[in-house]
Amino acid sequence: MSCLTGNARSADGLLVDAPLVAARGLSRSFGDVEALSDLDLTVPEGSITVLLGPNGAGKTTAIRMITGALNPDRGEVRVFGLDPGDEGEDVRRRCGVVSAKPALYDRLNGWDNLAYAAELYGLRDYDTRLRGAAARFGIEAALTKMVGGYSTGMKTRLALARSVMHDPDLLLYDEPTSGLDPESSHAVLELIRSMTDDGHTVVMCTHLLLEAEGLADQVVVLEDGTDLISGTPQDLTDQYWPGVVVHMDAEQPDMLDRLEHADGVIAYHRSAEEGARGAGVAELQLDDLGRVPDLITLLAADGVRLTRVEPRVPTLEDLYFAVREGRSAFAEGNTLGGPDVAARFDRRRTAPSVNDLTGVEQ
Amino acid sequence: MNWSRIWTVTRTDLKQLIQAKDFWIPMLILGGIFFLFVPTILLLSITAIGDVHAVAQISQALEVLPERAQAAVRGDTAAGRASYALAVYLFAPVAVVVPLTISTAVGASTIVGERERGTGEFLAHSPAAVKEIYLGKLIASLLPGYATTLLGFGIYSMVVNLIVGPEVGGWFFPTREWWVLMLWVVPPFLALTLSIVLRLSARVKSTAAAQQASGLVTLPLILVAYSQSTGALFGAASASIWIGAIAWIIALAGLSRGMKVVTRARLLGVADGI
Repeated sequence: MSCLTGNARSADGLLVDAPLVAARGLSRSFGDVEALSDLDLTVPEGSITVLLGPNGAGKTTAIRMITGALNPDRGEVRVFGLDPGDEGEDVRRRCGVVSAKPALYDRLNGWDNLAYAAELYGLRDYDTRLRGAAARFGIEAALTKMVGGYSTGMKTRLALARSVMHDPDLLLYDEPTSGLDPESSHAVLELIRSMTDDGHTVVMCTHLLLEAEGLADQVVVLEDGTDLISGTPQDLTDQYWPGVVVHMDAEQPDMLDRLEHADGVIAYHRSAEEGARGAGVAELQLDDLGRVPDLITLLAADGVRLTRVEPRVPTLEDLYFAVREGRSAFAEGNTLGGPDVAARFDRRRTAPSVNDLTGVEQ
Repeated sequence: MNWSRIWTVTRTDLKQLIQAKDFWIPMLILGGIFFLFVPTILLLSITAIGDVHAVAQISQALEVLPERAQAAVRGDTAAGRASYALAVYLFAPVAVVVPLTISTAVGASTIVGERERGTGEFLAHSPAAVKEIYLGKLIASLLPGYATTLLGFGIYSMVVNLIVGPEVGGWFFPTREWWVLMLWVVPPFLALTLSIVLRLSARVKSTAAAQQASGLVTLPLILVAYSQSTGALFGAASASIWIGAIAWIIALAGLSRGMKVVTRARLLGVADGI
């Protein structure tokens, strides 16, 4: 791994810490379709950043711009302090990519697939490296077989081995578990998690929330080619749910609405989850978990028979839908369910340049 | 330009082609028909079977050849002269049609095929420059056709010398004109055709479309190459040199333009117009 990874030279010539990837205002259209629209992205070194979003959100296009495989129509991106558009070869040499399709040659065996990549990446005497990478992903025994006969899981493992064998600084994984069964997915995610133990930086795209849960050091939620929010899962859930979340249901669900103005209740709404009586389960944000007994007492005094009281730690899935709901609400002039998304769009108008982020003076 | 990478792309493409028996077996049959079976049957029917009527017709046909070509025809008997003329002049177009057909078939799918298989994504993210990928694929498309042709040419030379040689006083093939044709005239026509085929392969949406479009575009080129190669054999040696030189200039211009058409966006299949 390069000793300059993640660093850039400042105006006075000193090495300064900088994100491995810094993108600002990236936009790219294909015909009438806007694939990316003012995307901002910062990827810290040694972390796993998960780009989360539905199909068509712009995740793949973002990956392609990081390696310089595509150039933006507008905006700028720096990877290792370099511009992939001008210094693409240097950037790509330090990246390992697994795309949504494994992008392997079916008419070559596993070894030849790896050897092809090794030679394109300029590796010499690569036999030991190839075997090591293949062994790491448990595919060594199948290297002499034609890739056309591989299962989807084997192809993914081979693609992962190919992505690390040149010891890249930045790993870019685009839906790496696509088409895998749950067991194989779990194994692949564990392998990806282990990458950061070796000092690699990982950017992973997925539309599967469960994959991102527990894996991501940083989450960037994308929709319609733009980033809605980004940060650590904990910070983001704290932003959206500053207090303790409790779900409640009752035989008389309408009676729960009176909790909206009770002491200690920060926010109250009916979730999409259907309760026992067909109404939405009440979701309360409390300033303290100790408020729960008081609320139960209050309801019991009114004869409400509770069927469920469940303190809940918000998941990434909750966050994702809260963000998306917030954006929809924003479109209607409302910002229910989370921080003001409008502010996130406004910030781009006064966004610093990528050079501000990387410390590189042009 | 990193020639090691170019050779890596070429070698890998060729390795895949060797695995594709459904592709190269028909191509070998094609070469076999044109360079072995048809000449053998035709020349044997004249020299061994001695079909007098056919020989008389061919002898008459020889009179329409340019005087220089007529003077070069060897042999003491009508059958000998007829078989010599057929061997030297009739099969020249074969030397052009076979490599163009094979290389066009290989080249048509070379870039769009990467896109269809999804492997274009791998190449687009690799450190290889698009020029290196283009040249690697060009060479990988050119070699099978030209190698088949050289092999066929060797077999054809044997057939001609074994069948016609005894009639004209010994082994005589290849003639000087055939050497010039094979080594100087055919390669630039091949390169020119491939420069167009690879551009098409980068632009179209599917391999099927690339095959169709390549067939359409290369047909006139085959006709031009056919006529020029025949003319090269009939004309003076200098004519062959000039035809080859002009073809090389056009081919190099075509290759230079073709190199600009292949982009990473096209490997990914997201360029406008795809």
